[in-house]
Amino acid sequence: MKLNSHEFRSNTLPAAITVIPAVAWLAFFVAIPLVYVLVMSFCSLDEYYNVAFQFTLGNYADLLYPNYVQIYAQSIVIAALSTAICLALGYPFAYLISRTFREHKVILYMLVIIPFWTNSLIRIYGWRTFLGASGFLNAALVGLHLVDSPVDFLFNQAATVLGMTYDLFPFMVLPLYTAIEKLDEAQIEASHDLGAHGLSTLFRVVVPQTVSGIFSGCIMVFIPSLGAFYISDILGGGNSDVIGNLIQRQFQSGNNWPLGAALSIILIAITLILVKIYQSTGGDMESLGV
Amino acid sequence: MVPMSAEPIVQIRNINKFYGDNHVVRDLDLDVLEGEFLTILGSSGSGKTTTLRMVGGFEQPTSGEILLGGENVADREPYERDVNTVFQSYALFPHMTIFDNVAYGLKMRKVPKDEIVRCVTDILALVQLTAFESRRPSQLSGGQMQRVAIARALVNHPKVLLLDEPLGALDLKLRKQMQLELKRLQRKLNITFLYVTHDQEEALTMSDRIGIMHDGVLEQVGVPKDIYEEPANRFVATFIGETNLFDGVISAVGGDIARLTIESGTVLGRCSGLKVGEMAAVSVRPERMRFSTMPVDGFSIEGIAREQVYVGSVLKSMVELPNGQEVRLERLASDPLPADGPVFLYWDPMDARVVQSPDQVVYKALQNATFL
Repeated sequence: MKLNSHEFRSNTLPAAITVIPAVAWLAFFVAIPLVYVLVMSFCSLDEYYNVAFQFTLGNYADLLYPNYVQIYAQSIVIAALSTAICLALGYPFAYLISRTFREHKVILYMLVIIPFWTNSLIRIYGWRTFLGASGFLNAALVGLHLVDSPVDFLFNQAATVLGMTYDLFPFMVLPLYTAIEKLDEAQIEASHDLGAHGLSTLFRVVVPQTVSGIFSGCIMVFIPSLGAFYISDILGGGNSDVIGNLIQRQFQSGNNWPLGAALSIILIAITLILVKIYQSTGGDMESLGV
Repeated sequence: MVPMSAEPIVQIRNINKFYGDNHVVRDLDLDVLEGEFLTILGSSGSGKTTTLRMVGGFEQPTSGEILLGGENVADREPYERDVNTVFQSYALFPHMTIFDNVAYGLKMRKVPKDEIVRCVTDILALVQLTAFESRRPSQLSGGQMQRVAIARALVNHPKVLLLDEPLGALDLKLRKQMQLELKRLQRKLNITFLYVTHDQEEALTMSDRIGIMHDGVLEQVGVPKDIYEEPANRFVATFIGETNLFDGVISAVGGDIARLTIESGTVLGRCSGLKVGEMAAVSVRPERMRFSTMPVDGFSIEGIAREQVYVGSVLKSMVELPNGQEVRLERLASDPLPADGPVFLYWDPMDARVVQSPDQVVYKALQNATFL
């Protein structure tokens, strides 16, 4: 099709001016790095552990090391537990925020948002200080003669799950809050009116109408907790590695970038599959922030 | 018509409701009789919806009792009361089919499955929605959703059905149709309806009795004819239909006729329970107002004929009194007023109603009066 100059000026040019910066941004910061990682994942290492641009599927074969498979499983368990705890705590909390009056609503909302604005690394170190052998909690327990010697709260899977749950809690609450807030109060009243009390109403009327919020909250917690290596490093102390730790190690101490790239690709693939499942159940992409 | 001997099914006893310092329902007493269609009519903010929600259990009264079939239910949860509500927004469950929506209340009461199927099928037939039972609410029109909401409540055979402006979202034609439909259902199922609306025509069309609510106070309860012809006070007289009010002081009472001294003379009207010296107003409906070109025996008020408008067979006229008050008349078109000429207004005392008036209203009206 041939464009005359008027059409070009009135349609094509403004569209191009508005779209090009966004496309350029995405290309430069998302598409190119992703392609780079993808290419890297098919590269080999030379004898000096430098990346050699020589095609291999070896990195993907290496992903099946028994030790690695064990860490994938462990990572999935940690992520699933964190997600489940976030949901169990986050749903009632989100419900509470959406059903309280204005002034109290702001306070509850801020309880979630303010930690969210604080650097996550600092908050996780905070937990380490709090739970450590000479930390506040143990000092209190010993001081009150509840225990004889400090308890080992840290450096196990439970500590990692705690950290993940704490760190990612806002990501669960915010989409849930959005979904519950949209629910008309009259829906709940109608259910009560028809003879259903609290729990029946929750499971028959409220939860089914907030499924998209539940899904998006779960995805927003599950996926980052597969990758949040610093939390398992600081609180898990090497006993509860997640997929993120494997990737980080390949790029740093392991100096095996192609293997790290292959691991990253797997993580991206898992993410895409979950998002696809979410979408196919009628999930709304906007509430994922997409 | 409901026989006057019917038992009260809902007894509201001296209910008060505060939201903070806001007194939204004041000392309200109301009996709803078994099988009747009672409408609470009031403008927005009058406390009518709050009253209905207290009967439904969605709000707790600050003080007072609500008896349902003789039992005080004021503190009970909505699911512990034998009443059902039709919500203004319908509040149908969007994730359930029409069948499941209607079956919800029966399922909660653990009614056997085959009986649920029978009841739901019957009620959907009654509201003419049999073909829609497997659809979702989003696939229905406004009128159909309305009928589902009514069926979902009625299927439980509540002692009382509460309806909160249920026709508010429908267009005029559909609303008229649904008014008759609701009345038909109510007669057929013989269920007590407590209905809330701000639309007086709707109230007059459907109700056995109407309660007028204003600023949290139930001003008057009665059959539509009494509300229109025997308004209890100044507010009710102005709220229902059009009327002319003349404020003054009662100067004599004889039998059920009172003489009222108003700014432009003395007038007569029917009266009950008012005493000499009380502040009052006489209410005369435009269609009951008469005129003459000469002063008449008894009493008459002089004014100047100003406007006349033909509205089909009726002629609407306006007469201006010397103090600026505008008096409205409705006459047959064959009997017009003299244009811009002096006229004398009068009425049959039996056609006028003397109503109680809050003192300050009358005081203001009399401030400039020559005879004070």
